[in-house]
Amino acid sequence: MSALPRLALASAWNRRLSLGLTLLAVMLAATLLLSVERIREAARDSFAQSVSGSDLIVGARTSPVQLVLYSVFRLGEPTNNLDWASYQKIAADPAIAWSVPLSLGDSHRGYPVLGTTADYFTHFRYGDRQPLRLADGVVFAGIFDAVLGAEVAQRLGYRVGDQITLSHGDGGLPGMAHDDKPFTVVGILAPTGTPVDRTVHVGLAAIEAIHLDWIGGAPVPGFNIGAEVVQKFDLTPKSITAFLVGLHQRAEVFRIQRRINQFADEPLLAVMPGVALDQLWQTVGVVERALQAVSWLVLAVGLAGLMATMLAGLDQRRREMAILRAIGAGRRHILGLLLLESGLVSLLGCLLGLAAVSLFAAVGGDLLAAFGLAALPLAVSVGEMKLLGAVLVCGLAVGVLPAWRAYRLSLADGLIPRS
Amino acid sequence: MTPAAIRIDDLLFRWRPDAAPAVCLRGLQVDAGKSLFLHGPSGAGKSTLLNLLGGVLLPERGRIEVLGQVLGDLPAARRDAFRADHLGFIFQQFNLLPWLSALENVLLPCRFSRRRAQRAGDPVAEARRLLAALDLAAPVQGAPAAELSVGQQQRVAAARALIGRPEIVIADEPTSALDAARQDAFIDLLLAEAKAAASTVVFVSHDQRLAAHFDASFALTGELPA
Repeated sequence: MSALPRLALASAWNRRLSLGLTLLAVMLAATLLLSVERIREAARDSFAQSVSGSDLIVGARTSPVQLVLYSVFRLGEPTNNLDWASYQKIAADPAIAWSVPLSLGDSHRGYPVLGTTADYFTHFRYGDRQPLRLADGVVFAGIFDAVLGAEVAQRLGYRVGDQITLSHGDGGLPGMAHDDKPFTVVGILAPTGTPVDRTVHVGLAAIEAIHLDWIGGAPVPGFNIGAEVVQKFDLTPKSITAFLVGLHQRAEVFRIQRRINQFADEPLLAVMPGVALDQLWQTVGVVERALQAVSWLVLAVGLAGLMATMLAGLDQRRREMAILRAIGAGRRHILGLLLLESGLVSLLGCLLGLAAVSLFAAVGGDLLAAFGLAALPLAVSVGEMKLLGAVLVCGLAVGVLPAWRAYRLSLADGLIPRS
Repeated sequence: MTPAAIRIDDLLFRWRPDAAPAVCLRGLQVDAGKSLFLHGPSGAGKSTLLNLLGGVLLPERGRIEVLGQVLGDLPAARRDAFRADHLGFIFQQFNLLPWLSALENVLLPCRFSRRRAQRAGDPVAEARRLLAALDLAAPVQGAPAAELSVGQQQRVAAARALIGRPEIVIADEPTSALDAARQDAFIDLLLAEAKAAASTVVFVSHDQRLAAHFDASFALTGELPA
């Protein structure tokens, strides 16, 4: 059999144009399959790591998925707020190392506004416990200071020192702007690949300040409190949307969670971010599976091309088979020759696909960031190895039909070449 | 007494049980080192007989003994190996793998048979010697087979059949594409090299004019014996 690989290579080289096109098809299919897998994993990671380092997220009682949706992803509306007093009571628990209040409900040109404290920039973690980093400027200190997420600043062209105004709610209704109290951009965060990039951060006091002359979600007609006088008012919030909790010891997480869930003053819900994010991912998993299905279909097309090329080339190769039979090649050699070729094309297609994906991962970070995705990992994952293995097996399987036909033809032709 | 290189007894082969016999032979013997001219019209079963001698087909009845080995007694894989070790083939046309050089084509049997490689000594040197002996100069030896003339291709095919001194060389109408002068020259070269290698030659052709070159001739009529 040792002569076979050399012959298979030489024979393949002789048909390099058609095989090259087939190889390209298999390579593109493998590239697509691996890209989808890697983007899927990156998306899942970036999703699962939208918040890390927080042991619990606490909000008014609702479903865990909804709590995560609005507190982490700023999607949808909270069913209810929780009292500032409740927050303070819970935050005082000695097991709690830190807590960061979150207040949502306003927006700036479609981007959500998060009212929080400066502790947010100290304690919030994303990805592999990475802290937030300022690309420019400082954390807010004054009432009308704002820190922008990377995407907000980039898309809207803001720089430190620019003025922005907030809108009530999602900003869709006229007359709901807080344009009497403009904010100054004092800081811009570095990109994170998480919803933080799409968030405008202001102090909790600012949220109170812009709503001083509002009642029931609408401005009071004829009543206006100017930005310069807001400091004369008590700007302690009455309620917040949610808060993040970090514990001294992770082992306490179930006890604290139970305590919060059984909180007597008002119905609250504490969820572990990882668990809730997993649940949420399950609900959007159908998209992920659809993506995978499409890439498998593309692979099937590529492999069908491989089979078609091999079958079409068989008639031309009858002479080759007969000559090989005459010089002592057995039927198993003929089978082996064809299988080796399909296996080789699949292997090369896989390796080239892997190289293409790795190249994309190395240089395509900016392109992915535009889609809100974190940079792709360079390392090959176990899942990808399994996929490559599956492609190889499929490639070999695809070679079986042409190999079987070549075997039958070589039986019929015997030693006398016909063609 | 010279031992028989090929011995056929009471041979019958049909492609299907209900078909007419493709080959029907009472007996045939070719002594070792001799050359046999096998002739017959188209459809007489010449190619089928070569497939039977190569062990690719098995007879329905009778026995084929090659170098004392009854081919039917060997399993398929062993027959393939036996063919690689002891038989060299030359065909009418389409003899070479066009994407290999002349030299690489000649070396092919040594890649499938360790015995042929050992008997060739240094296979590359032996291949070059054979090609040179068959009037193929060094520049031609490295050229792709597809670029050779028909005459050159036939000589490369002869070198391939002869490398590693197989005991039997079987040639299936190898000269049909050549003019008369080149036919004679090719057959003389082939027989001289076969004699030097002590190989038995079975030469198949429909052109009875060539019979004079060989030690014996045998007619395959394709008709059932009375």
